[in-house]
Amino acid sequence: MNDQAAVVSLHGVTKDFARGGVRALQEIDLEVRPREFVSLIGPSGCGKSTLLRVIGDLVEPTSGEVVVNGKSAHQARLERDYGIVFQDAVLYDWRTAAKNISLPLELLGWDRARRTERVREMVELVELAGFEQHHPWQLSGGMQQRVAIARALSFDPPLLLMDEPFGALDEMTRERMNMEVLRIWEESGSTIVFVTHSIAEAVFLSTRVFVMSPRPGRITGVVDVDLAQPRNAETREQERFFELVTEVRELLRAGEGDGARVGEEVSS
Amino acid sequence: MTSAVVQPVPRNFGRMMGRRARDWVPAIVIFVLGIGAWEGFVRGLDVQRFLLPPPSDILRTFWEQRDTLTSAGLFTFKEALGGFVIGSGAAVVAALVLARWRPLGDALMPYAIAANAVPIIAFAPITNNWFGILSPASKMVIAAVICFFPVMVNTLRGLTSVRPQSIELMRSYAAGEVEIFRRLRIPNSLPYVFTGLKVATVLAMIGAIVGDYFGGSQEALGIQIRRSAGIFAFEEAWAAIFVASVLGIAFYAAVALVERLVMSWHPSARGSRTE
Repeated sequence: MNDQAAVVSLHGVTKDFARGGVRALQEIDLEVRPREFVSLIGPSGCGKSTLLRVIGDLVEPTSGEVVVNGKSAHQARLERDYGIVFQDAVLYDWRTAAKNISLPLELLGWDRARRTERVREMVELVELAGFEQHHPWQLSGGMQQRVAIARALSFDPPLLLMDEPFGALDEMTRERMNMEVLRIWEESGSTIVFVTHSIAEAVFLSTRVFVMSPRPGRITGVVDVDLAQPRNAETREQERFFELVTEVRELLRAGEGDGARVGEEVSS
Repeated sequence: MTSAVVQPVPRNFGRMMGRRARDWVPAIVIFVLGIGAWEGFVRGLDVQRFLLPPPSDILRTFWEQRDTLTSAGLFTFKEALGGFVIGSGAAVVAALVLARWRPLGDALMPYAIAANAVPIIAFAPITNNWFGILSPASKMVIAAVICFFPVMVNTLRGLTSVRPQSIELMRSYAAGEVEIFRRLRIPNSLPYVFTGLKVATVLAMIGAIVGDYFGGSQEALGIQIRRSAGIFAFEEAWAAIFVASVLGIAFYAAVALVERLVMSWHPSARGSRTE
């Protein structure tokens, strides 16, 4: 898969926030290949969420180049190349689960029959059958996040951007959602960029982990995760899994070492 | 939509009103006790009837003059309703414009707040002069101006207090401003709009009745109240106030009911939580 064109490629991307003169990102180079599952990990304030938003054209970089599927990030957004999942599900309270899933389809101008059919498929994919007509407040946190994932995947975007999607969930739900997102990744064939601050989650899910450190936000290391696919509950107990977790942890610690303090900093 | 296995929100009317019959019992008991205490107080202490007539007399007067009073009530209610529709409609349109062009909103808001501090009722003699003392339009204008501010402020808040991530989500779908208003800001504003509208129902009735006090058609309720009080027919004045209160409460309740129907998705419409 290395010879295929990159889905995302960033060259020398820098982002300064005018307020307070904070340099959120410095000289970021990054490539994501088709079908990859890439994680961005780092402490609060390392710019990982900003980086994700730069890829998604929700934040404009101060300098540098962002190319997504061979075009500018802006063009990619206009062509609806992105599916985004946030830490909060960001469901619209006045819409049922099914209507939330079909929101992007409505914006794309799909007719009702086609929307209904696709929503049915998505509900099946995220295993929410029976809850289509529930409103967000009637669903648990895990179910809400599954609706958000279904919504992001509904229009089959080539690139899925996930910003700590399971950060607000308890450990048990989180591990179950990790399994689901891997299954969905395999079934949907999409490319995923995933922001997290959980080392275990990053290693378990990813094909590659980019380690970031703050002040200024930059990539300090890349770990190739060579664990066998498909991954399952046993993966977490393999020796190699622990070795990789240790490797990521040491990179994070090294990043902290060079001058950066952990603490105050603006949240990611 | 897709096959619904579970019906989440019970479409039961009692539930829709938020309360079951049994929950109303305490309120009804208090009402009966209050009326009884009033009656007992006035009769027991032999209070002069021009100070405070007993409820039984007020009710009898209402019954004797029910035709005049209800037609007067409806006349004034139409003034209030007209003002409510004009004022709230203009307020919603203004809020949409201010939410869409924020710098304009920032420029105009101080004046809107200042204008709200003006005692609008003081203009009643002037609007009488503008639109004709007998014309319902002069009262409608008063009611409309009073309704405008609470509806506008609440609607504007509803349109603008949208979570930033909801906007980012829409932007990630390359949605334009019109789509963002239609699918996000406007639905998000509905609970706020109804809060404003409920306040406006009460204000519209007050505006119309007080507008009547400054002169108007003999059919108007405010005129009836003023004339009855002027000729010491206090039971009649009280009966007219009773009619005004019933209409005001009914107006409020009607808007509250529409709110329930429109926002059946809202947690306050009650239903059962899954899991």
